[in-house]
Amino acid sequence: MLRRLMQSTGVLFVMSLLVFFGVYAIGNPVDILVNPNADQQDIARAIAELGLDQPLYLQYWHFLTSALSGDLGRSFSTGIPALELIFQRMPATLELAAASMAIAIVLGIPLGLYAGLRPDSKIAKGIMAGSILGFSLPTFWVGLMLIMVFSVWLGWLPPTGRGDTVELLGVQVSFLTLDGWSHLLLPATNLALFNLALLIRLTRAGTREVMVQDYIRFARAKGLSDSRIIGVHVLKNIMIPIVTIVGLEFGSVIAFAVVTESIFAWPGMGKLLIDSINQLDRPVIVAYVLLIVLMFVLINLVVDVLYSLLDPRIRLADAGGAR
Amino acid sequence: MPSMRRVTATALLLLVATSALVALPQAPARAQELSIGLSAAITSMDPHFHNLSPNNNVMEHLYETLVAKDGSYRLRPGLAESWRTVDDLTWEFRLRKGVRFHDGSDFTAADVVASLRRAPNVPKSPSSFGIYTRQIADVQVVDPFTIRVRTKTPYPLLPNDLSTIYVISAKHEKASTEDFNAGRAINGTGPWRFVRWQLDDRIELARNDAYWGPKPAWERATLRIIAKDPTRVAALLAGDVRAIENVPTADIARLALNKELTLSRGISNRFIYLHMDSARDRSPFVADASGKPLEKNPLKDVRVRRAMSMAVNRQAIADKVMEGAAVPTGQLLPPGLFGHVPGIRPPAYDPDGARRLLAEAGYPDGFTITLHAPNDRYVNDEQVAQAVAGMLSKVGIRTRVEAMPSAVFFSRANNLEFSFLLAGWAAATGEASSSLRSLLATFDKEKGLGVSNRGRYSNAKVDQLTEKGLSTLNDPAREKLFQAATEAAIADVGLIPLYHQVGVWGMRRGLGYTARTDEATWAHEFSLEK
Amino acid sequence: MSAAVQSPLRRFLAEFAASRVALGAAVLLAAILFAALFAPLLSPQDPYDLAQLDIMDSKLEPGAKGAAGNTFVLGSDEQGRDLWSAILYGLRISLGVGVLATLVAMAFGTLVGLGSAWIGGRFDSLMMRIVDLQLSFPAILVALVLLAVLGQGVDKVVLALVIVQWAYYARTVRGSALVERNREYIEAARCLALSPARIVLRHLLPNCLPPLIVIATVQVAHAIALEATLSFLGLGMPITSPSLGLLIANGYTQLLSGKYWISFFPGVALVLTIVAINLVGDQLRDVLNPRLSR
Repeated sequence: MLRRLMQSTGVLFVMSLLVFFGVYAIGNPVDILVNPNADQQDIARAIAELGLDQPLYLQYWHFLTSALSGDLGRSFSTGIPALELIFQRMPATLELAAASMAIAIVLGIPLGLYAGLRPDSKIAKGIMAGSILGFSLPTFWVGLMLIMVFSVWLGWLPPTGRGDTVELLGVQVSFLTLDGWSHLLLPATNLALFNLALLIRLTRAGTREVMVQDYIRFARAKGLSDSRIIGVHVLKNIMIPIVTIVGLEFGSVIAFAVVTESIFAWPGMGKLLIDSINQLDRPVIVAYVLLIVLMFVLINLVVDVLYSLLDPRIRLADAGGAR
Repeated sequence: MPSMRRVTATALLLLVATSALVALPQAPARAQELSIGLSAAITSMDPHFHNLSPNNNVMEHLYETLVAKDGSYRLRPGLAESWRTVDDLTWEFRLRKGVRFHDGSDFTAADVVASLRRAPNVPKSPSSFGIYTRQIADVQVVDPFTIRVRTKTPYPLLPNDLSTIYVISAKHEKASTEDFNAGRAINGTGPWRFVRWQLDDRIELARNDAYWGPKPAWERATLRIIAKDPTRVAALLAGDVRAIENVPTADIARLALNKELTLSRGISNRFIYLHMDSARDRSPFVADASGKPLEKNPLKDVRVRRAMSMAVNRQAIADKVMEGAAVPTGQLLPPGLFGHVPGIRPPAYDPDGARRLLAEAGYPDGFTITLHAPNDRYVNDEQVAQAVAGMLSKVGIRTRVEAMPSAVFFSRANNLEFSFLLAGWAAATGEASSSLRSLLATFDKEKGLGVSNRGRYSNAKVDQLTEKGLSTLNDPAREKLFQAATEAAIADVGLIPLYHQVGVWGMRRGLGYTARTDEATWAHEFSLEK
Repeated sequence: MSAAVQSPLRRFLAEFAASRVALGAAVLLAAILFAALFAPLLSPQDPYDLAQLDIMDSKLEPGAKGAAGNTFVLGSDEQGRDLWSAILYGLRISLGVGVLATLVAMAFGTLVGLGSAWIGGRFDSLMMRIVDLQLSFPAILVALVLLAVLGQGVDKVVLALVIVQWAYYARTVRGSALVERNREYIEAARCLALSPARIVLRHLLPNCLPPLIVIATVQVAHAIALEATLSFLGLGMPITSPSLGLLIANGYTQLLSGKYWISFFPGVALVLTIVAINLVGDQLRDVLNPRLSR
């Protein structure tokens, strides 16, 4: 346990080092932050104000010491703490990710179930062909096509942006307004595509495996109705791997939201990252990457810890290596 | 397949995560208001934190300056009713009486002094207002409504400089940027009161009914930040906002046909130009026709520079790449601005003449060069650069284009890593000295000249005329000096002006907005047509 | 060239062609490769030569005639560039980058995987830790941050793609090498006191190849898609050599104002390429190793 924790801290430290020195080596943010009319004297002053006149190792030392007290630095362009900026954007991204997961689940499981129960039907073959497309099509291009068809040609849904928000537990959310949903539908569908294909395949494979098991045959023999067999026995058994994948994929969905957010101008964390890269807002880039690393490390750690608590026979080191 | 326990563990995690989302719907109340889609995010609500046009555009709603500017940069009375020079170094400003801050307190000379003290000294400021207060030696309060400002040298641009310093109330001189961002310290004299700011999303304003000047036609206004061009257009079409700024060029034709909408267009102060390395003997990205680096830098020859200018079809760029949102130019400022030279026409497109000039200069086979350009800074910057490269290639100057994010571009350009670059400039003061001293004056760190002279162009005549103008207090005499400096620089092709951008605002029918040369979008200048 | 060599090949081809879809995909892929390879011969203009473009031809509809009387079959972009030519040249760049990145990643990953399996011990566990760590982060995010640090350029995109991909090969090769290592023929080679390098390269490696080939095929498609995505986000290729992704990105604003062709046709080319590669890869997996789960 302790070893695992130390490893995670080590990973964080190494990542902070890599990202910090990587990001701080490129360009000069002052060149774009400063007013074009500023003269040499003023530029020098701005460099000093942002602490960029100090040697890199000192800048890193400052960053590291304040990071230990939870301060990942302030955005160059706004002077607002980088973490605060990211947390402000987080609800929008979580909302998008959750909506896309919901779409993938609500469509993916029934489609996969159908394809698993009637594997030779034309519809099932169509579903499977569709799932190959879901894996192959680049997210960004599908996003463009969705915009073209549903916004430009049909004019049904707004192409970009986030809809009206209302405050919920101190957080701005848009999924409670009609306008919010109309804006959410296209990007969420776009982001859902990959996981939709994944869930269809998983559900189909699981269904086919379960259907030949003895207990299904017993259930049939007992004269249970088809809907009860599928609804209770099949579903219950295939849900387990599906829930796992959904959990593990959630992190990837948040990462992939970077692409969807920038196509649909969704004001989430991913767009913040792209904007910060374009503006060389170094503290925000570093804070973002570290936060994501922390998130992945934590998800893995917590899952592994719970896993080993549930099954004491498995040592933690193995659990990590087995992935 | 993952095992059962791992699955259960994940499921537990998910459960905890989702239980945080419990719903309590609440519809937002909507008053009759003006909402405008702005194209650039603002970085702070502190009026002295970041000297950047999008920020200043928003600050103009809440705060005022001693000297105001109209849409064409002509100075007019603001918080100061009048001003005059007492001697070469001293300016006297008479302040407006009866002006109240949003909190009800009176505006007096003390507020001006406090603002001038705070503006250059905001901690962590990435771009401070210090450039506009640097000339001030001291500020004297004669009486509560009269101040005298002494400059270090005779300095005609003092009123222009003071037109950028927002006046806050003296009690907030010590307020931090956080206080402003939280709204606690926002207390101006402007036509709007502050209601709410959400970073990268919106600024909500309410009409200041105690405003001394003409009051806005709207009770409330929301400035929404919609940076992506297609999104901003979609928001206008869908009625989410009633007006937008910077209509993207790709959509101008389509929106102009829409009966529900009105477009307002006007020439902008921003001009796009090409800068050439005209100083070094060997330039990094210049080679002969076969790709061998040239011993001599052809860009030092004025004939070559003139040939390049003649080879560019400015009208085609304005029509095709900019879809009409550009006006070809041959100088630094649009008509009507202080220092514009009526006699300079945009150079005619003359590819044959360009080829002849190149041959005359000793380059009958042309040469190869790389044009560097930003790809996210100016309207269609990358596309314009490619079009220019195509036109130059046709007269024998084989031009490659390398476009990059402005974050990289400006750093490299300032390090003089390029031979030939495309950039844009908007004279912040709205008169010629801004462009002359930054783009064309010889680079001089001590004097603060030539900061953006990325071709290191140097012409003693231009320098002398510019510097003389900068210390001439008499307006007509100063304008003549700047015009002469511009003529000298343009005749010598110190840079190649391409076009002035045209600002395009789109709004619902029934609204009106007079296009501003300074590209500003102010809610209080939108009119309601009956 | 004995019959013993030919017959597995023939059997392989027969098995591959058993699926009509896969066969069609293979034919399509061959056509795409051909088009990319001979792009200069198939396209009416060199889309990268700015001197050949006429700005007056900009944004013409598919089938429209240009100022010089030439027809733009798929229309033209903002610069008056013939889209058909631009797509062919773009395919070249997309495929080139994808294949090159995959080959380098495969070589490096294989080296690490073989080394890990052969040396074992600390080296093995360290390498596998790094592999685990790398695979637990989404590729898009790693590539994004890398390019933010590295900057633009073909070489940098290839490097980023290699860094994102090598771990797959390392893990796969290590897995099969560990299985093969304990087989009799390796024991025999050891008894003959052959040098380790010879054993690894001549005996171990060839037997790890089938799964590698399958992964590599699929990874080429991934690499192409990833490069396109990065270019679309403005972090990939420079404008001087527009890949398909960059062509799509350029047409993005025009798409919303109704000029669909600038984005649409390069997108179709990209999708056809990726789907064809994936279908071929799927079939390869089934034929080469029915038990392979990935």
